[in-house]
Amino acid sequence: MKQFLFLLFIFLLLINQASHADNAIPEMMKTLNPEGTLIFDADHGQQMWTQEHPGKDGKSRSCTTCHGTDLTIDGKHARSGKVIKPMAVSVNQQRFTKTKKINKWFKRNCKWTWGRECTAQEKGDFLQYFQEN
Amino acid sequence: MKKINTIVFVAMLSLLTIPNTASADGFFSWLFDFSRTKGVEPVSNENYQEECGACHFAYQPGLLTGDAWANLMQVDKLEDHFGENAELDDEEVRTELLAYLKEQAAENSYYKRSRQITHSLNGEEIPERITDVRYIRRQHHEIPESLITDNEDVRSLSYCDTCHTKAALGIYDDDTVNIPNHGVWDD
Ligand code: HEC
Ligand code: HEC
Ligand code: HEC
Repeated sequence: MKQFLFLLFIFLLLINQASHADNAIPEMMKTLNPEGTLIFDADHGQQMWTQEHPGKDGKSRSCTTCHGTDLTIDGKHARSGKVIKPMAVSVNQQRFTKTKKINKWFKRNCKWTWGRECTAQEKGDFLQYFQEN
Repeated sequence: MKKINTIVFVAMLSLLTIPNTASADGFFSWLFDFSRTKGVEPVSNENYQEECGACHFAYQPGLLTGDAWANLMQVDKLEDHFGENAELDDEEVRTELLAYLKEQAAENSYYKRSRQITHSLNGEEIPERITDVRYIRRQHHEIPESLITDNEDVRSLSYCDTCHTKAALGIYDDDTVNIPNHGVWDD
């Protein structure tokens, strides 16, 4: 019986591990804010998310152009139409699991949407927004 | 003596029939892989699938020649990738993906479509795109623009998988085509 309980315990531990893809947001926040001097604000993140910027093609762009305004549902790539999975951590556990991937897309998407890279403060605000939705 | 002659003759004959770029190993896997007639070798590299499959389906390396991939994968070209930013800030990743693309490029493949693509490029042309390859253009010249660019669910001939229902498997046969908002293709 003891042995059975022990195995059950191991089993549950394994299941717990498997269903829990690691969220890399806390780690990202630490590297963005090593001194702890910045305060990240989800509301500001949301505001920047929908803010329109003039694009090279004459049409205005925002993060919602591809990801949509509701973080809990699929987005659609503006050019190709390919589906982009939801950004909200609450509905998509596969999101924000690798700092490398997060950094790569921040770089690409900030440049494409805003014509410049995002600052540490801005990235932190976005991440706070993704985390809370 | 006669027997040896026959053996030598058969050996020479089989050498002649092996495409000369081929190693014997590749030849035998080609010989016994019956899916080859269907198209191009499917994508087998997970990193490639993830990196190059985010904005559109991941094109099989066998759809372009090595030189064309090398051109497309240059650092500055990825930064302005047909108007999008596809830069890979990790140089190691870029090198790894390029090596995979070159290794499985059309000229190194036994798959039917890859061979047709290589052939149509004459060993000199370096196209910017798959849809610039003459062989690919010719396959689609009968399709009216209204079914492609004016079609919200296709948008461009570049998005092969919107019409070719088995594109992700490397199968492009015309009997597997279903054009969105139009239907099955029969001509
Ligand atoms: C032109 C289309 C497009 C626009 C505009 C866009 N993105 Fe993205 N974004 C993508 C695609 C495609 C991905 C990769 C999606 C995937 O992995 O499923 C992505 C991924 C991301 C990721 C990484 C997610 C992860 O799981 O690690 C972040 C962070 C992100 N985008 C932030 C932004 C921000 C902030 C903006 C606005 C400044 C923005 N995006 C605008 C297309 C876009
Ligand atoms: C940020 C989004 C994005 C990423 C990431 C991306 N692409 Fe693209 N790609 C596009 C767009 C948009 C087009 C243009 C489609 C069009 O012209 O309609 C394109 C076109 C192409 C074409 C030409 C298709 C044709 O018309 O023949 C090839 C080949 C290609 N991409 C390969 C790649 C490879 C290899 C990678 C990985 C290194 C990659 N792409 C990553 C967005 C992307
Ligand atoms: C608008 C829908 C559409 C798109 C997008 C599209 N195709 Fe096609 N394709 C077709 C149709 C329809 C045919 C058959 C044409 C015919 O028989 O006249 C075809 C035929 C082909 C053939 C020849 C098939 C055969 O049986 O001989 C190949 C190879 C092919 N396409 C490759 C591609 C590739 C690679 C792409 C992406 C770069 C692509 N196609 C994008 C609709 C499409």
